[in-house]
Order: sequence, then C-alpha cells, then structure tokens
Amino acid sequence: MNHIKAMRVLELQVNGTKRRVEIDGERSLLSVLRGELDLTGAKYGCGEGQCGACTVLIDGRAARSCLTQAASVEGKQITTVEGLERNGDLHPLQEAFLAVDAMQCGYCTAGMLMSGVGLLKKTPNPTDAEILRAMEGNVCRCGTYPRIVAAIRRAASGDKAAKGGAQ
Amino acid sequence: MIEQLMDEIEIEPERYELTAGPAYHFELGEMRRRDFFRVLGGGLLIVLALKDAPAQQESGGGGRRGGSPRPVEIGAWLHIAEDGTVTAYTGKAEVGQNIRTSLTQSVAEELRAPVSTIKVVMGDTELTPYDMGTFGSRTTPDMFPQLRKAAAAARETMLDLAAEGLKVERDSLLAADGKVTHPATRRSLSYGELSKGQKIMKAISAASLSPSGEWKVAGKPLRKINGRDIVTGRHHYTPDVKLPGMLHGKVLRPSAFGATLASIDSKEAEKLPGVVVARDGDFVGVVAPNEETVARAVTAIRAEWKATPQVSAKELFEHLRKTPNLPANAPTNPSTGLPTNPPTGLAESLAAAHQKLERTYTIAYIAHAPLEPRAAVAEWKDGKLTVWTGTQRPFGVREELAGAFRIPETSVRVIVPDTGSGYGGKHSGEAAIEAARLAKAAGKAVKLVWTREEEFTWAYFRPAGVIDVTSGVNKDGVITAWDFHNYNSGNAGLRPVYAIQNQRCEFHRSDSPLRQGSYRALASTANHFAREVHIDELAASLKMDPLEFRLKNLKDDRLRAALEAAAKAFGWGKSKPAADHGFGIAGGFEKGGYIANCAEVSVDRASGKVKIVRVVTAFECGAIVNPDGLKNQVEGSVIQGIGGALFEAIDFADGKILNPRFSRYRVPRFSDTPELETVLLDRKDLPSAGAGECPIVALAPAVGAAIFDATGVRLRSLPMVPGGLHS
Repeated sequence: MNHIKAMRVLELQVNGTKRRVEIDGERSLLSVLRGELDLTGAKYGCGEGQCGACTVLIDGRAARSCLTQAASVEGKQITTVEGLERNGDLHPLQEAFLAVDAMQCGYCTAGMLMSGVGLLKKTPNPTDAEILRAMEGNVCRCGTYPRIVAAIRRAASGDKAAKGGAQ
Repeated sequence: MIEQLMDEIEIEPERYELTAGPAYHFELGEMRRRDFFRVLGGGLLIVLALKDAPAQQESGGGGRRGGSPRPVEIGAWLHIAEDGTVTAYTGKAEVGQNIRTSLTQSVAEELRAPVSTIKVVMGDTELTPYDMGTFGSRTTPDMFPQLRKAAAAARETMLDLAAEGLKVERDSLLAADGKVTHPATRRSLSYGELSKGQKIMKAISAASLSPSGEWKVAGKPLRKINGRDIVTGRHHYTPDVKLPGMLHGKVLRPSAFGATLASIDSKEAEKLPGVVVARDGDFVGVVAPNEETVARAVTAIRAEWKATPQVSAKELFEHLRKTPNLPANAPTNPSTGLPTNPPTGLAESLAAAHQKLERTYTIAYIAHAPLEPRAAVAEWKDGKLTVWTGTQRPFGVREELAGAFRIPETSVRVIVPDTGSGYGGKHSGEAAIEAARLAKAAGKAVKLVWTREEEFTWAYFRPAGVIDVTSGVNKDGVITAWDFHNYNSGNAGLRPVYAIQNQRCEFHRSDSPLRQGSYRALASTANHFAREVHIDELAASLKMDPLEFRLKNLKDDRLRAALEAAAKAFGWGKSKPAADHGFGIAGGFEKGGYIANCAEVSVDRASGKVKIVRVVTAFECGAIVNPDGLKNQVEGSVIQGIGGALFEAIDFADGKILNPRFSRYRVPRFSDTPELETVLLDRKDLPSAGAGECPIVALAPAVGAAIFDATGVRLRSLPMVPGGLHS
C-alpha cells in the first residue's frame, strides 16, 4: 500500500490574511491551523465533532475544524479565536466571558467563543432555546455552562458591536 | 508537643495510581537493566507542615522518603524585582480550579501590593519548591497560608529596610500599594527600590497575618487572572507547545489491557517519510514530522498481541464483592480511629430495631475525560530531560521520569503549563514518559498528545463499587444501628455524619478489572450516594420528612446549617409544581467542606426521560477566599456530578473499553444544566478549606430522592438512568 499522499499547495484565508501551506491533501483544517499556521487557539478534544473544542467560523458559520478537510475550505473565510480581537479590542463575547468568568480550565473556551460568535452573527438576540441549540455540541467538562449562557446573553444585549465583530 | 505541631493528612487508599507500579520498564537499549522501586508505599502518612514553627524546616508535603523539605527562606517563595514586579513560586498546578487567581490574592493581601504587579510561577520543578501534588483540596488550606506567610514576612522585611533607609521609627511606617510610606514626611520607597531585586534570604518569620475579617483583596471576587490569555487563544496548553525541530510521537497500544507483544512487523510504517519506529520491550512507539504521518504509521504497523480473558462489565459487581483481596480497612484512618471489629452492640441493636433495612447500592466506573487529553513535549539536552506536560503532580511526574530513565531527579525538569483540567485524573505521567522515551530514540524533541480514545482507555478510572448497608431505627426515628460495607470504591466519606450509637463502616479492597485511581472527591461520592439514599429510604419507611429525619439524627452544626440554608432557599416543604415533578434533599461533608443539595426533577412518564430542573446548593468551607471563584467551583461540581448521577458509565469487556468516545460516553451538556442557585455560607471565624471536591458529593442522592418523590421508583445504582427511567 502507498501511504505517501500527494503534496499540494493550499491557499487559505485565515483571519483576513492569505496563508499558503504545502500539505498533503487529506489533512484536517484543525491540524493545518495548529501544525502549519501556529494558530493553536482551536483545540483537539475528540476528533469526531462531538466536543466543539476545535470550532472555527467558515464564512461566518461555526464549524468543527477537526472534521473539515483543509482542502475543502480554500477560498472561504476562516476565522479562529485569534481573529476575534481587533486592534487590541476584544470581541464583545470575549469581554462578556471575562466579565462573568465563564471559564475554569479554559480549554473549551475558544470553541465556545466561536460557536457563540457564530450564533450571534446569525441570531443577534437569541432566545434561551436558541442558545442551547447552538451550543449543545460544545462540551465544558468543568461545568461552566450557566456562565457561558450568561455571557452570550450579555454580549447579545450589550452594544451593537456584538453582532458585527469578527468576519 | 509533636501532635500539636503537625497537620497530617492521610493518603486515601483509593488513590491507587500513586502506589501502582511503573507503566513501563524500559530496557533503554545500551543501558543495563535494573529494577527500580517506587518509593511511594501504600497508605503512608504524610507530614504536611509544622504549624507555628517558623525556625524549623517544614517537611513540605514531602510524602516520600527523601522528599525535599519545604524551604524556609522567603526568597524561595517570593521575589521582588527592581521594577517592583512580584513573583511568587508554588509547586501547585493550575488545572481550572482557579488557584492562580486565589494564590495571587493571598500574596497581594499580605504583601500589600497591587494584584497587577504579581505573577505566580506554578508547577515548574526547577523553579518552585517541592510539592507533593495538587490534590485532596489542599491548595487553599495549605498553599494559601504558606504564600500568605511568605508575603507577610516579605512585607515585614520591606518595613525593616525602609526604616533603615529613611532613618525613621519602624512603627511610623505604612506598607501599602507596593511601597512603604512614612506618612509624617510623605516620603516613600517602593518595594522594588527596597529589594533592589535581591533574593530575600531571611527565614519566613511568624509575621502577623491579616485576620480574614480585615481582608481587602482576599475574600473578594477577582476574575481569572490570566483570563485574557484564555479568551484570545494566547495561552499555550501542553498540546500547543512547540519546540524547534520537534517531531510528533505516538504509541502503538496493545489490543487489550495487560496484553504482551507476540510479533511485530513495522516495515510498511518505516517506509513513510521521516518515520522512526522505536521498540523497547512491549513498548512500541513511532515518531514522524507531523501528527497525520505518525497516526498513519502506527496504523500501518502489524502487531500481534497476546491477551488473557478478563472480567467484563456485566459480571463486575459480583466480582468485586467476592474478591476482597486485602484486609478490611487497610490502612485504617488513624485520625478517625475507625473500629475494625464490629462494635459490641451492633448485632443486638439491629435485632432490637423497630425497623431494619438492608440494601445494596452499586457504582459504575466513570472516566474523568478532561477536555485536554494527556499530552507531553519532551526534550533531551546534554543528558538532561525537560518535559512540558499537563499533570496535577509535577514533582511526582519528575520522580516517574527519573525512575523510568534511571537518572537522578536533578537531571529532570517538569514544567506544567496551566492545564485543561484534571479532576483527579492527571496524577500520573504516562504521556510524559512516552514522549521522553521517543525523544530519546529520535534524538529530537517529541510532542505526544493522546487521542480521546487513548484518554478514555489508558488513563485510570474512578473506582466502581458495591456498597451494602444494613440499618436499624427506633420508633421515634432515631437511627440506632449502622453497618456499612464498601467494596472497592474507597474509604473517603465512609463514615456518617449522623450520630449513630452502634456503627461499623468498612472499606474492602477488591480485585479491580480496570485501572483505577483518584477522582474529584474520591469515593466520597459513592459513599454519600449509598448513605444518603439509604437515609431517604429510612425516612420514607417511617413516613417522616427526609429533612426532619436528618436533622433529628444530626449532631454536626455545620452540616445542619448547610441543610437548613439549602432547604430555605429551595422552599423545602412547599408543594410540587406538577405531579411528574419531585423534590429531594441530601447533604454531607468532605475535605473540610459542608454541602447540602436540594433538587427538583421532572420525569416524562411516557419516555422515561429524567430532567433535573433545579438544584439549590448550600456550601460552607470556612472563610471564603474568592466568592465568585468559589461559586464557579460549586456550580461546576454540581454540573459535573450530573454525569455520574444520571448517565456516565464505562462499558468494558475482556480488557477492552467499549465506549471510549464522546459519541458513546455521554457527559453533561448545555441542555442538561438545571437552574442553579448557590448559597455560600462564609465562616470568617474558621480557616479556609478547599472547595474543588466536596460540592460534588451530595448531588446524586438528592436527585435520586427527587426521582423517588416524583415516581415512587427507588434507584440504587450510579448512574441512575443511563437510558432513561425505563432502562
């Protein structure tokens, strides 16, 4: 059997910047972000799209980067947690996470933020049911769920920038 | 008196991982093989600290023969740089319990320096004083006062230096805000100017500590000190650490627990670009330039393993009960003076009881499933080994590494980046040893990150258990006899808080088919489940209110206060909102904390689905250090506790884990979260106890009681409803 996969050059749009990577065609977006682009904010948690720690935005929608082939998102806008901050200003949801201390160990936080930002882009004033539906795929083993819900509510009701923020 | 000088803690017997043999016996190629022994023996007593004896060497939570003594000089714990930056050093690890923040508060409080000037270096064996490990809820009762003492002594030193420098009476000076001021002349010197960045070699004196009632920084909410690094993705957990030229490693796992390697063919794997296969006995590992290649290479290895038949989940409880292979209650907890023989009168009082109740409760194995799996980055340089790894025991892992590679501990440095949680599950150094072995084979730095499946399979589990309870009550609702036997799950929380005249509580070690060890609150969750459900059963059989029944049998005022506070906030005694709802209450104590939970559940009779609607928690752990951080811990414990209470269970057969994935092992999610109310009882007159563990112990029995209240169905196994009530 032949394990050596063909190498190819990918051009990815990450956090508003064009990034070229030479990889074999079958690598996951998570692996490329972390291994090639040094964007380690998105985390490995399960590798099967069950925990949400690897969540990024693809064209503004929350997606599991561990199940996304890097080659499939060429030409799309990819946003990672590192891309939420603008000129030193945190995204309102990041501010809200800090304000209500919506974290303990913090390993799930990046994925929570990206799922939350994805929700707020689509639904600027989500109901509690909408928050639960959007966040159900993200696991926090420390159990900070009520605080994360409070942070999303806070960002939604706060200033308008909560809805614009990241790409 | 030596007894008055020492705080002793017992290492509970169910911390099996601390006394287990080493994971690997490496041949190490050129090195001569010799067996090494682990110095941690079973059930040993650990001398933690000498109280009020500043001039003596503290034994620093040594916990092993030859363990380094706790240093007495201020400079080992605290440094003030010329620019005023304060660095505190502790061997504790941050795993989400927020001690980086609370320890910063301890230093700020006593040193009288702004929080923003303080940095805490944690869990680095080269930089921080020896520490036994971050477990047993010891950071708050042990490290919090230790850093307070060091900071207070540093503050006193600053006052001495300022008195000399300003040539004024020491009593006329004021230490505040990172400087010493002479109010009469309005002159001041900053701590940086006073210390000139030099190490303070003075011994930590018996400097006066601020009484908790006068705390200005401690005792107040403070947000996570490095929260910004977390929300921006800037913090580097172990899997995010990258070294120049680093390779990626992976271990070939055996087909079953205890399997030995019969044959191996790694030719295909070795054809992959940059792949090196390393074999050392039954250990087979691979390194490659990136994680995809290394994963592919491991899959390409053809190995045959020799495995032996093993006990499976379906025969587990029978197996545990029939294999107590060690003397009951070994080791006995000396501080409780637990009787090992049935007290005279137990049989008589059972026979004479108005009502006798005999019940069995079972507890499944569960996994910690920390979201950050075990990971390590290892690098050898000039015979010295440096390993970054997520562990609760940096010095314990250093010892494991030194043992595995037969090098002195001084040649090993373990650095623990703030870690993606542990819950008692990261006391061991498997990934560190594997990464170091592969780095040695490759001659390059190696990163090794366990997959979720590896974490679910090759870490250790919370012990399963069978608990038999026989009790007797008299006509007035007084418990007169209590015979409690725990098989396998452990000793923690074994004894009731209820005042029962004739009682026997025993822990029996069994032969565990799975690797098991510490878990948040240890066996206290299992023992509280059995005890508090049993109490609820007794109350029901006497047709007494379960709260009233508890209060009648309770002598402990702290637990009484917690139960009453929870009941009041919950509205205990009010009628249920709907017929398919139920209320339950339970309480207990562990690791110096007192907990009471009231739960409301709803049960869908058609589907059998159980939903926890509302949980009120009252918690008391002495003087509160960081109210919001504490609340976060209590809420998190309750939510994590939902998993073990309702649906978490490891399924296994013949040495294999059958559900090693989040898609097959259900953990609590957003929609499982009930409405939470937390009442914190602040006892400023009492020393602060830790809070990471206790608040998990009473949730399951409260929920079980609520399910009984809603349906009349009594559930005696954890998890209670893995497939709904009908399962």
